[in-house]
Amino acid sequence: MKTNAVTIQNLGYAYPKQINPSLSDVNLEITAGQRFGLFGPNGAGKTTLMNCLTGLLTYKQGKIFLLGKEVSRNDRSVRELFGFVPQDFSFYPELTPKENMEFFGAWYGLHKYDVKKRTTELLEVLGLSDVCDKQVREFSGGMKRRVNLAIAVMHEPQLLFLDEPTVGVDVQSRIAIIHYLKSLNKKGTTLVYTSHQLNEAEDLCEVIAMIDEGKIVAHDNLKNLLAHHKEEGLEGLFLNLTGKAFRD
Amino acid sequence: MYKLFATITKDIRILTRDKVGLTLMFVMPIILAIIIASIQNSTFKLVNENKIALLLCNRDTGSISKQFATSLDKAGIFQIKQVDAAETDEQIKSRMHAKDAFVAIIIPKDFSEKISANAKGIAEKALNKLGVQQQDTQKLIQVKINPITLYYHPVLQESFRRSIDGAIQGALQLIQSKQILKTVYASLNEKELPDSLENEIAANTAPINEIPVSRDGSRNVPNATQHNIPAWTIFAMFFIVISLGSSIVREKTSGSFIRLKTLPTSYLVALVSKQLTYLAVTILQAAVIFALGVWLFPVMGLPRLNIPSDILSLFLVTLICGWCAVSYAICIGVFAQTQEQSNGFGAVSIVLLAAIGGVLVPSFVMPASFQTVMQFSPLHWCLELYYGLFLEGGKLSDIWMNIIPLLAIIILIHLLIVVGLKKKNLI
Repeated sequence: MKTNAVTIQNLGYAYPKQINPSLSDVNLEITAGQRFGLFGPNGAGKTTLMNCLTGLLTYKQGKIFLLGKEVSRNDRSVRELFGFVPQDFSFYPELTPKENMEFFGAWYGLHKYDVKKRTTELLEVLGLSDVCDKQVREFSGGMKRRVNLAIAVMHEPQLLFLDEPTVGVDVQSRIAIIHYLKSLNKKGTTLVYTSHQLNEAEDLCEVIAMIDEGKIVAHDNLKNLLAHHKEEGLEGLFLNLTGKAFRD
Repeated sequence: MYKLFATITKDIRILTRDKVGLTLMFVMPIILAIIIASIQNSTFKLVNENKIALLLCNRDTGSISKQFATSLDKAGIFQIKQVDAAETDEQIKSRMHAKDAFVAIIIPKDFSEKISANAKGIAEKALNKLGVQQQDTQKLIQVKINPITLYYHPVLQESFRRSIDGAIQGALQLIQSKQILKTVYASLNEKELPDSLENEIAANTAPINEIPVSRDGSRNVPNATQHNIPAWTIFAMFFIVISLGSSIVREKTSGSFIRLKTLPTSYLVALVSKQLTYLAVTILQAAVIFALGVWLFPVMGLPRLNIPSDILSLFLVTLICGWCAVSYAICIGVFAQTQEQSNGFGAVSIVLLAAIGGVLVPSFVMPASFQTVMQFSPLHWCLELYYGLFLEGGKLSDIWMNIIPLLAIIILIHLLIVVGLKKKNLI
């Protein structure tokens, strides 16, 4: 029997001074090794859920378990289990990709030798070797996205959260990133992915969940969902489940 | 340890690539120290070496007014420009508005006559009391001397004006005393006071031996450099709030902070790294400014900085002052929401703390209420420590009492930092 990479039980979250909660009674299980996609319109609660999963938000209602360990603010050991690729560029633009990776590698708790080894590997795999000594601020959007990803996988996490990892990049960079993510998954890394790029998501994700107004409105294997809702693609399914009205 | 090493390496890399930040931390304080020391040195010279232009309008034709003018000249602080006796007060004022001089003296018409009569009256009173002369004291009339008019330019500060006033009063007293002496001598000896005796009496003032009180026995006379370099070094150290405070805010509001919060390492490591990195910067700032005081200032015609003999104490004091400055900057960075808040509040608060701490205005001239308030300024204790070494020639055993309040302030700042980090869920 496969274990869960993520287990969410009765999760609720409301921002301070907010009347309607951003997340309401969310229950979700993501099996280890899955390529999981979380989708929903703007303001549906995707980022809030992602922030609760990564410990950026402290929730008071419900429970979250990552690879069997409960997420709590004071327990740093759970943070060693996952990597996170935020939507924003999360590195120091004044540093080179190599310097960024060396710094964040140390903060992941890696030894100096492992940091150097992983840095060399990742720079090579993500096509950044030639520019490894240039400051990241000089990079194109696609290169910055690859640096963002490289830092998140420095410690070879079993679980990887990706919040729109390919937004604003060219086709070449997107293909390279998706290809790399698939290769990570083949090695056993569970991917939890959110994006508005539905074609890309259809290619990457095996299992998806739709979230709307803070609630999970659908959760199943992508093929099953498409068949059940008689839709041919993820875009149709998305509109079917969340409607056509503007949300922001 | 590797985490801390990697974080310090990161901070040093970012710092050395921030050209504007480096300029703010090193070039600006150096310029400030040079400018302030130069200005204060020229003020010092103006009072002590340069002569103040003085317009002298002598409307009197007697000899005493001429003696008064000579006494003023001998005072050594005035460059006297004689103006025509016929010039009106308005014309003299116009000359002063045109910055011909900052001070003007108008000697009234019958000055010599009145001084002479006044001296005679006093001398006769004295002789009467001594029984040398018998006159009805009721008949002795004290002659009223018409006042000398002193015009001064409003730009002259009060303390400066008072020193001018003192010099004029001194000259006036000298000629009045001479006149009384001459009268008494003439009455007793029925002949004129010989010039040689007059000059001997006039020159026979008790000498004043001015010695700066120093703990190490050195007699180095404090100068503008010795006063200013320590004060502006402290100011420069605390001005690191602009660079460090905004660096923390920039990190907090940047994407990198989101990642830092998801990593299995406490944010305290980042703050310890910043403390160590920027502490090194403050020590380097002090070393650079002191070196300029020693080597560059004399080349620029400014007094040389005398480095205290107790180098170890100087290093320790610099370390503690730097630590306080860095801690203060981190505290501002932790609480500020934006770089504008950090820069604005940081800069203004440092200027205020410098003002109440005695960096901008000497603490001994402050009102009593401020003497209490200044105890709360870390810059005051830093200044006390540096002055103890630079001006008083003290050693660690002489200044350690001033280290204690500074350490207490550092502890308080650190407590505030911890509260701020806890409040923001960062530790």
